[in-house]
Formats: sequence, structure tokens, C-alpha cells
Amino acid sequence: MFSAEEWTAIQLSLKVATIATLASVPFALATAMVLARGRFFGKSVLDGIVHLPLVLPPVVTGWLLLLTFGRRAPVGAFLAEHFGIVFSFRWTGAALAAAVMGFPLMVRAIRLSIEAIDRRLEEAAASLGAPPWWVFATVTLPLAARGIAAGAVLAFAKALGEFGATITFVSNIPGQTQTIPAAIYTYTQTPGGDFGALKLSLVAATLAFGALIVSELSVARAGRAGGRA
Amino acid sequence: MISVDVALERDGFSLVAAFEGEGGLTALFGPSGCGKTTIIRLVAGLARPDRGRIVLDGTVLDDTETGVRLAPHRRRIGLVFQDAQLFPHLSVAQNLGYGRFFTPRDRRRVDRERVIEVLGIGGLLGRRPATLSGGERQRVAIGRALLTSPDLLLMDEPLAALDDHRKLEILPFIEHLRDAFAIPILYVSHSVEEVARLAATVVRMEGGRVVAVGRPAEVLAPRRATTSIDRFEAVSVLSGRIAAVDPAYGVTRIAHPAGEIVVPGLLTPIGAAQRLTVGATDVTLARTRSPATSVRTALEGRIEAIVSDGGPFALVTLELAGGEKLHAYVTRLGLDALGAREGETVAALIKTVSIDERGLSGLEVPQEGSS
Repeated sequence: MFSAEEWTAIQLSLKVATIATLASVPFALATAMVLARGRFFGKSVLDGIVHLPLVLPPVVTGWLLLLTFGRRAPVGAFLAEHFGIVFSFRWTGAALAAAVMGFPLMVRAIRLSIEAIDRRLEEAAASLGAPPWWVFATVTLPLAARGIAAGAVLAFAKALGEFGATITFVSNIPGQTQTIPAAIYTYTQTPGGDFGALKLSLVAATLAFGALIVSELSVARAGRAGGRA
Repeated sequence: MISVDVALERDGFSLVAAFEGEGGLTALFGPSGCGKTTIIRLVAGLARPDRGRIVLDGTVLDDTETGVRLAPHRRRIGLVFQDAQLFPHLSVAQNLGYGRFFTPRDRRRVDRERVIEVLGIGGLLGRRPATLSGGERQRVAIGRALLTSPDLLLMDEPLAALDDHRKLEILPFIEHLRDAFAIPILYVSHSVEEVARLAATVVRMEGGRVVAVGRPAEVLAPRRATTSIDRFEAVSVLSGRIAAVDPAYGVTRIAHPAGEIVVPGLLTPIGAAQRLTVGATDVTLARTRSPATSVRTALEGRIEAIVSDGGPFALVTLELAGGEKLHAYVTRLGLDALGAREGETVAALIKTVSIDERGLSGLEVPQEGSS
């Protein structure tokens, strides 16, 4: 049904989207916390930077990633030398591009859920003797769980569909950086590739829809478990 | 003992307050916006004074001069909000147990079973906060704060969000826990009845300033002869003993040195001390103690003072047998018709229906889940 190359693209897409989403959550949570609760000079600047990937043309974001994380770029060279992490023309680069593109969506969803929490609940927890980190872990985090789940699904779906920044940053190398959208693009550039493009498009739609359902189910379950626990 | 001496300036609101609370219940009393809640937040450590000092039982919680500032979770102060603020993702039992982990074993003075019993929340333990009534939530919130064995309990208008029926449901519990657990309470309220019933000390606040500190009868008495609508808030606080109940009529007779006071409701137990508040506008003055009226309460007293600012009203202060003061607002017209003068003895008639049962203790607690 699927050629070996198509399977590779599907598996790579899932790997890239999963890693990108999971790696983003802690950073997105921290950023959302700072934006929701922090009061400091330059907060709107930080907010703007976080939202930049949403408003910039993806090609620009990809190019900026190349300038920053490329093999000879300052950050890229540093990471390669000290940690052996190489982004350029690797699947890791695709994951980085997907993570960056999905980041504003995730931050937005988490931030909204944090802002919706009544601060007096945290004050009540503090008055009961709980230190701040415990309040965060037992009150803030559980109450923001829905927002975190929603943000993760959005970011995952975005990562599955990411094309512009990825192809600019890590190109379109089958087996290495060719995700589903890149493979679809390749089909559309090939005579007689319409059927392949259709198949992969259906796969992309199914995966995105599946992620949505999984998240709905897990949120509903988290709600019930929270009640029982 | 809590000692507060703070000043704070925020968005055009200025708070300058100093007072001390002894054991028992200290009420912060005053109209909304007078700074009561700000003081609660300062004591809890949720806000910081611009300058000042807060000391609890010899422990400095805040001192802007020495830079001492104890974090809220290190203060050992329980906090009960107006609207419970139970953790919605935890069960009642988990809410109650939340602070237990942070209370060192040797400090756990409050017994969990006893709290559950006193507050009557044994049947709620497995439930979620969202499924509780307002009164039940507030009781759980009180229990949650109590179970950390705090050195001080802060209650910020714990009854304000409840309807009258629920207030009646909670008041006996607050009274009971004040006596049963011997934890000092700082209690914010703008209700005269609550304050008169519960407080040992009243701190009266107005516009960010403390205007009076003292026993309820002194602080709640009318402060000046006034023609303004303030007269509706002036009360006298009387204390007597429960003498007899009259189930046929649903009233209780309270023995007072100046006469018998009939109050609504069946109070128990016979012989118990009972405090009640009488609105100054609910007192009628008469020459004799038994004129032909439906009023059953007539107290004899000597007119100690008559004050008027020349408006339609006069404030008459009676000294009752036993030394308590009873304040009465009457019209100057009526006073002149009566011909009463300072030093004379008159009868004060009090309508039973005008006595708010919320000011009475010992009322039967409504059954759980009723109404």
C-alpha cells in the first residue's frame, strides 16, 4: 500500500512531531508561566519574540534557524563541538524547526489556562504551609493540565504539517529529513505523482485528527482521575 | 496574641492601622472598602506593608525596619476566604489533608476526627468541591485551615457569600470552634450581629483607619447623635441567661437584671449565658413597663443621656439594672410627648421580631442537606 520511502516519511514525521512536542513542553510551560505571572520590563518584547514564528513567513524562520543552528553558525558549531548535537540536514533539525513553529501555539494555550486559575487557590495552599514549588506541582500544574494537553496537541498537529521552515533549514532528504509534507511536495513536482500525494495527504489528515481525539480522551480522563485521586 | 502596626499606600487607598488581638475572636468590623481584607492579607503575608510590624505570639512576621519578612507558608496562620477556595481537583478528604504534610508532628494539636465531627463534614469526605453547597464548602474550608493547627486563624467574611439560612448553619460552628480548639481568630465582617455574637474584641475600621478598639458593647454603641442613616447600624449588646423556652410560641425567655427579654427561636441549654444585639431604632420608650401593646419585652432603665443635633431624632442612652447600656433612637417629637428627662426611670420596649436570631448562640443547627 505504501512504498518503503513513504513509510519512512510517515515514521519520520511521527518521530519529529513527537520529539518536537515533548521537548517543547517544559520550555513552553516556563515561558507561559513567566508571561502569565511575571511583571517585568520587556514582557511585551518577550511575548512578541515568542509569537514571531506565527507571523513570520516560515521560510524566514527556517533561514534564521540556518543562520543560528547551521554547522558553521555560532550556536550550531558550539552544540556540535561540546554536545555532539547536530541539527543541519538531520531529523533533529526537522524536529527543532517543528518545535519552533509550534511553540507559540503551545505557549498560548498554556498561558490562557494558567491565567484562568484563581490565584487565591495558590494563596490558600501557601497558607496551609505549602512551599511555592509544591503549590506549583499540586495546584497550578493540575489546574493547567487541560491547557497543557491542548497546547501539546496543537503543537503536535502543527509539527506534522510543518513544511516551509523545515525544508529551508534541513532541506528535503529522503530517509533523513523528508517528512510527510515534504514527500507530498516531492510528489506534486513529479509527473504522475498525484496518487502518492493523495495517499500521504489522507495519512496527514488521519494523524492530525487522531491526535485531536487522543487529547480529548486523555483530558476527559485526567478530569475524572483528578476527581477520584 | 497578634499585634499589627502597619501602613500601606495603594492606588490612592491609604491604610494606617494598629491594634492588638488577645485570645478568642477579634473582629475587624467596618464597611466594605475600609481596609479589613487588606489587613488579613498583610497578616497572612500575601501583601506587604510599606512600613510597619506584625508580630504573632512573639514571632516577628513582618518588620520593614529590620527587613524581616516571613513567607506565607512559614507563618502558621490559617486562612479562610469569603468563597471557600477549595482545590477543585481534589476531594474533600484531600482538601482537608492538604496542609497536614507541612505541619510537624509535634505541632499537630488539632485532631482530624474532632474537626470533622465539630464541623459535621463526615458525610462529605469522598465528594468533590463542585458538588457541595456553599455552606458545606465553607465548613470544609474552615476544617482545612484548622487541621494545620495554626497559631492564628484568619477568616475573611466567611459568611458573606452565603444566604441567611446558610449563615445560620455556619455561625454555630464558628462559635463552637472558637471555644473547642482555643485558636485565636481574626475575623473580618461588616455584620453587627456576627460581630456582637462572636467577638471578644472589636476593631472598628473606617476609610483605612482604626477608629475604635474594645469590647463589642462599647465599640458597637452609637458614636454620636446623628440624623444620618447611620442610626440603623447602631446597636446595644445585652447579656443574660436563658431562663425558659416556650415551644408553643417558638420563643425563648432570657433573664436580664432589668427584666425578661423574649427572643425568637428555641435556645438551649437553660441557664446558658446569652448575648444579643438590639438595634437602637427597635427600642420604644414608655412611662410604664406594661402599657397595652403586643410587645412582651420591657426593660427598666435610668436615662443617662439624651443627645440630639437638632434634627428629627434624639439618641437616648439608658443605664439598665446590672450596668449595661441600652441605646434608643426616638424622635424628639415623641420624647417631648413622653416628657422624659435625664435621670428619670423609663421602660424600654423591644419587639421580639426585631431581634435577629443570627445574633443568638445555641440555636439548633439546621440538619445537613436541608433546604
